[in-house]
Amino acid sequence: MSTTPFLVLSAMLFGVGAVGVLVRRNAIVVFMCVELMLNAANLAFVTFSRQHGNFDGQIAAFFVMVVAAAEVVVGLAIIMTIFRTRRSASVDDASLLKY
Amino acid sequence: MIAFWVLAPIMVVSAIAMVMARKAVHCALLLAVIMISLAVLYAVQNAPFLFAVQIVVYTGAVLMLFLFVLMLVGVDSSDSLVETLRGQRVTAVVLGLLFGLLVVVAISQATLGSVVGLADASEQAGGNVKGIAALLFSRYVFAFEVTSALLITAALGAMVLAHRERLTPKPTQRDMVTQRMHDYATSGIHPGALPGPGSFARHNSVDTPALLPDGTVSELSISRVMRARGTVRDVSRDRAGEREIETESRQIEEGNT
Repeated sequence: MSTTPFLVLSAMLFGVGAVGVLVRRNAIVVFMCVELMLNAANLAFVTFSRQHGNFDGQIAAFFVMVVAAAEVVVGLAIIMTIFRTRRSASVDDASLLKY
Repeated sequence: MIAFWVLAPIMVVSAIAMVMARKAVHCALLLAVIMISLAVLYAVQNAPFLFAVQIVVYTGAVLMLFLFVLMLVGVDSSDSLVETLRGQRVTAVVLGLLFGLLVVVAISQATLGSVVGLADASEQAGGNVKGIAALLFSRYVFAFEVTSALLITAALGAMVLAHRERLTPKPTQRDMVTQRMHDYATSGIHPGALPGPGSFARHNSVDTPALLPDGTVSELSISRVMRARGTVRDVSRDRAGEREIETESRQIEEGNT
């Protein structure tokens, strides 16, 4: 079972996630696309773990999951706070620091 | 490999659909499809521990959190179609495709050598979970402990960000009673509880108004929202029906005696 197809799939998912981050305006959807990119990286970690025959890649994927969980908690709390003050979840509306 | 060829097209299609979907809830559901498929791919690649963690942490916790926030923010908060930077959408898609193409070509050109596989490592460690635990608590123990600091910081941060300062004191029961009596004295609003919805033989839902002793509808028994939406039930037919039932039962009783 070759590892190349898995890595290609991981790269494609990462690319789609990156396009999503650039294209979408809704902060929550942007966040979901970031999650997709993290998941794609995890798939590459697990695939390389099998390629090299040791568990280090799986440990890395595990840490990515932990950090992603913490990041989601804080990020969604920030989105909630912005929504509460500005009544909008669009990334274009939070531009106060520009002026 | 069959699992991969079945799941890979599903995942790519759902990822593209997720980027294109107008509604945020659809995005979340498509993301769930991708994550569960990823979990299966982990299981295929000798990572049963990550398979479980992926389903529990990602599909179970993270996506539910996303759905909760969507519920709080409002489900129909769809994207605005106005472009703030001209041509940004097209440029982003073209650059994304080029990036994807670059990585895909680079990976397919790379020589990775023969796949070692995890069968030996698992056998040596006495199983996948044992192998991961042995590494986690020896070589990566410092990273593991730093993770705990990260999680505590995240929990604290979420609490601080979600906290809202109360600007006015919370009304006590005594305050509310005083307010009610004051309303009664000044504008004659009844201080007691509002009447409940009407109870009929066929309907007792909240859209059914209660009847006053003189047979008219009690306006207070219906929520303001329902009246504004125009979904209040017409009770005249129910009353006619009840009357029919009454006459019928009386006739039956008379027939029996």
